[in-house]
Amino acid sequence: MLLRHTPKEIKERSALTINPAKTCQPIGAMYAALGVHKCLPHSHGSQGCCAYHRSALTRHYKEPVMAGTSSFTEGASVFGGQANLLEAINNIFTIYNPDVIAVHTTCLSETIGDDLNQIISKAKEEGKVPAGKYVIKANTPSYVGSHVTGFANMVKGIVDAFPVNTGKRTNTINIIPGYVEPSDMAEIKRIAAELGVKAIVFPDTSNVLNGPQTGKYEMYPSGGAKIADLIKAGDSAATIALGPIASGPAAKALDAKCKVPCEILNLPIGIRATDEFVDRLRILGGVCVPESIATERGQVIDVITDNQQYFAGKTAALIGDPDQLVSLAGFLTDIGIKVRHVVTGTAGKKFEKRVKDVAGGDVNVKEAGDYFYFHQLIKNEKVDIMFGNTYSKYISRDEDIPLIRFGFPIYDRTGHQYIPSAGYRGAMRLVEKILNAILDRQDRDAAEEKFELVM
Amino acid sequence: MENLKILEDRKGQVFEKGKDKFDLLCGVKSASGAVSQRACVFCGSRVVLYPITDALHLVHGPIGCAAYTWDIRGSLSSGPSVNRMSFSTDLRELDVVYGGADKLYKAASSLIDKHSPKAAFIYSTCIVGLIGDDVESVCRKLTLEKGIPVIHVDSEGFKGTKKDGYRAACEALAKLVGTGDISGVVPVSINILGEFNLAGEAWIIRDYYRRMGVNVNAVITGDARVEDIKRAHGAALNVVQCSGSMTYLAKIMEEKYKIPYIRVSYFGLEDMTSALYDVAAFFKDSPEILERAKTVVKGEVDAIMGELLKYRNELRGKKAALYVGGAFKAFSLIKALRVIGMDVVLAGSQTGNKEDYEDLKKISDEGTIIIDDANPQELSRFITEKKADILIGGVKERPIAYKIGIGFCDHNHERKTALAGYEGMLNFAREVYSSVMSPVWKFVPRNDAFGGKRGRP
Repeated sequence: MLLRHTPKEIKERSALTINPAKTCQPIGAMYAALGVHKCLPHSHGSQGCCAYHRSALTRHYKEPVMAGTSSFTEGASVFGGQANLLEAINNIFTIYNPDVIAVHTTCLSETIGDDLNQIISKAKEEGKVPAGKYVIKANTPSYVGSHVTGFANMVKGIVDAFPVNTGKRTNTINIIPGYVEPSDMAEIKRIAAELGVKAIVFPDTSNVLNGPQTGKYEMYPSGGAKIADLIKAGDSAATIALGPIASGPAAKALDAKCKVPCEILNLPIGIRATDEFVDRLRILGGVCVPESIATERGQVIDVITDNQQYFAGKTAALIGDPDQLVSLAGFLTDIGIKVRHVVTGTAGKKFEKRVKDVAGGDVNVKEAGDYFYFHQLIKNEKVDIMFGNTYSKYISRDEDIPLIRFGFPIYDRTGHQYIPSAGYRGAMRLVEKILNAILDRQDRDAAEEKFELVM
Repeated sequence: MENLKILEDRKGQVFEKGKDKFDLLCGVKSASGAVSQRACVFCGSRVVLYPITDALHLVHGPIGCAAYTWDIRGSLSSGPSVNRMSFSTDLRELDVVYGGADKLYKAASSLIDKHSPKAAFIYSTCIVGLIGDDVESVCRKLTLEKGIPVIHVDSEGFKGTKKDGYRAACEALAKLVGTGDISGVVPVSINILGEFNLAGEAWIIRDYYRRMGVNVNAVITGDARVEDIKRAHGAALNVVQCSGSMTYLAKIMEEKYKIPYIRVSYFGLEDMTSALYDVAAFFKDSPEILERAKTVVKGEVDAIMGELLKYRNELRGKKAALYVGGAFKAFSLIKALRVIGMDVVLAGSQTGNKEDYEDLKKISDEGTIIIDDANPQELSRFITEKKADILIGGVKERPIAYKIGIGFCDHNHERKTALAGYEGMLNFAREVYSSVMSPVWKFVPRNDAFGGKRGRP
């Protein structure tokens, strides 16, 4: 019993987080920046932050993750980090030659009060930013929000830096895919292409963090949103932002900056949410839904109807990031699974309402929660399956509840990088995982005489 | 790759034996903007103290520092596991403005009441110093109120490198050492410093010494209990294994308690054997210890030699690259790799010092690249140039090796089997062998005959 310390009785805690269900902003910013082609994320803070983020992303993606750091010292913390950042910008362009440096702050540089705009301007004045190269930025204090906020801030940083409204509207649709896996970003692009919609998807970590084995180490893999496209995003007809928390701020900023109207949808996880996405894409792009997509949808519905008896009445507990959880809770409800507990580490007042809107009013919902609290909920009301990141495995083991790995980070299984959970195909993968979990458990626990061959 | 530039500031930190005049620059802070593999002060303290299983570890700072260090180190416990939980004061914006000391007090107080740990470590992270929280006084107050040592680990990330974090951890440990009752400690007792019980290694080593008739008084910090550390000053000798992290504590104990220390390594046959004989030599008044040590060594070596030779035959002439935390480990690995017939073509470390690199140069072959604080580009370039068959390193190096299409062995926190001791040597050989000889390398581009056949468009 690894978590034998978790008592059933729930007490209010204000000063303490036990077993966090979130991490800090900078890692989300680093992940978002990796979704720009030839971009080197840069952590403006101590060396440890950058090492931790790179290690965490490496464990999750099993890919090299590159990022620079300002390597703060005591001097920098007294006199400010300007000198470090100027030196870093100069070193990075000279040696690593990226097209973009995406600087994010840390709790340290934020508390010192470094002004990134001013430092970046100074770097430009001093000729440290070569022609055609960019330094973009996001403020990501670790003591505000979570990794999801950091992602949202860096995506907004991309919008602040690149899109230009030339006055010539195109029929292109911008899609901001949200804090999802490279596989999901690829799937979202595929769906748009299948519909015949010209789309600019950013950030796009596909072929960056799920690249093929190439026999050589490349600092800048082939994927990532291209600068030329990011600039053109200012002329697009509309923006679809997937996930209000991760993508909403950037979409609104793009509307304000370039007058590109935006629609903010839930992440296309599950049938209902994917339907909404496909429908908006169809209307905004002025296209028809092709047979191929209709078939994918039909296939996943076919599998669900074939197996609905196994979902009926099963209960689930979910922990993870807010945008993901809302869509997942909706999907589970749609297929007949009762969602009982939903916990996110990220603070947000609307979260409870969003979940209850899709999963019903009597679900236990908590924003700014942690694993300890989640475990207590489960101790008070046991469920049949759990969804969460790798850290959920302690609870899964102690309470003997099957776990479906979903979210970030996943350190102990693979597949999430390459196989989507977004779209109809993603729904098919989720259904398969859920069924396997339920049926494996049924097989394991079945009495000998009730052990079934055909299920 | 040939036009890869080494950062101007870093030129002194790379050396090729036989080519360059040796004057390796090290112990310097990484150049700003460098994609370094190094970490921070907090990281150093956290990895050293984390394995103390019956202590409470509370990270005072924003959530990240606690989240990234939650149970990532494979240090095994034979009992308590409160150290595997992640506790954080999760500082928010208002705390940064108004100070977090009250929050810290409340958090620590409630945790101590709930878990009744034998000691508590409170880690300061970057901003704690900046916002001026008086962590020391919170610790003092809690120590008085709760009747357990509540120790401030002064580990603000920016105050140096990981090495400085080791030092902060040693300072924290030094506060515990000497506070326990040593009346029950037998004379032939040692402490093992810098052994963290990854994959159960401390248990293996402990057993060797037990069979020699040497009592292991405290392992610091692998599978450690607070009580062991408190009575660490009862031992006759400190045996320091991970020299980078723990020499400082050994020096403090030498000065304060007149306990001498020796440096050892438990990796590889040669170094493992020395580690036993050196301890036996220390207790020269009891010659039977040396006799028993010989029996242990003979039995252990005999048990693994047959299988080792098999790997040696197959691995002969294969090339290895090393990139490890401390340089001392690199020596052992070079020797261990020679035992299984392999040549080392690159040896690097995050935190080696001048003497380490001098020694490294001495035992390296001509043409070996020696490197301090490497970045991925440099690693990849030298691995490719020197045609290494395997990289031995840690989490951030693993995918680089696999992208290039060579084998990998984790000799860091994520090792899956014990690599220390004699059985560890065998595990190491097995792991190196299975990775170097894996059939999957036939699919990587340099060996993949099919890869080119894509047909004409």
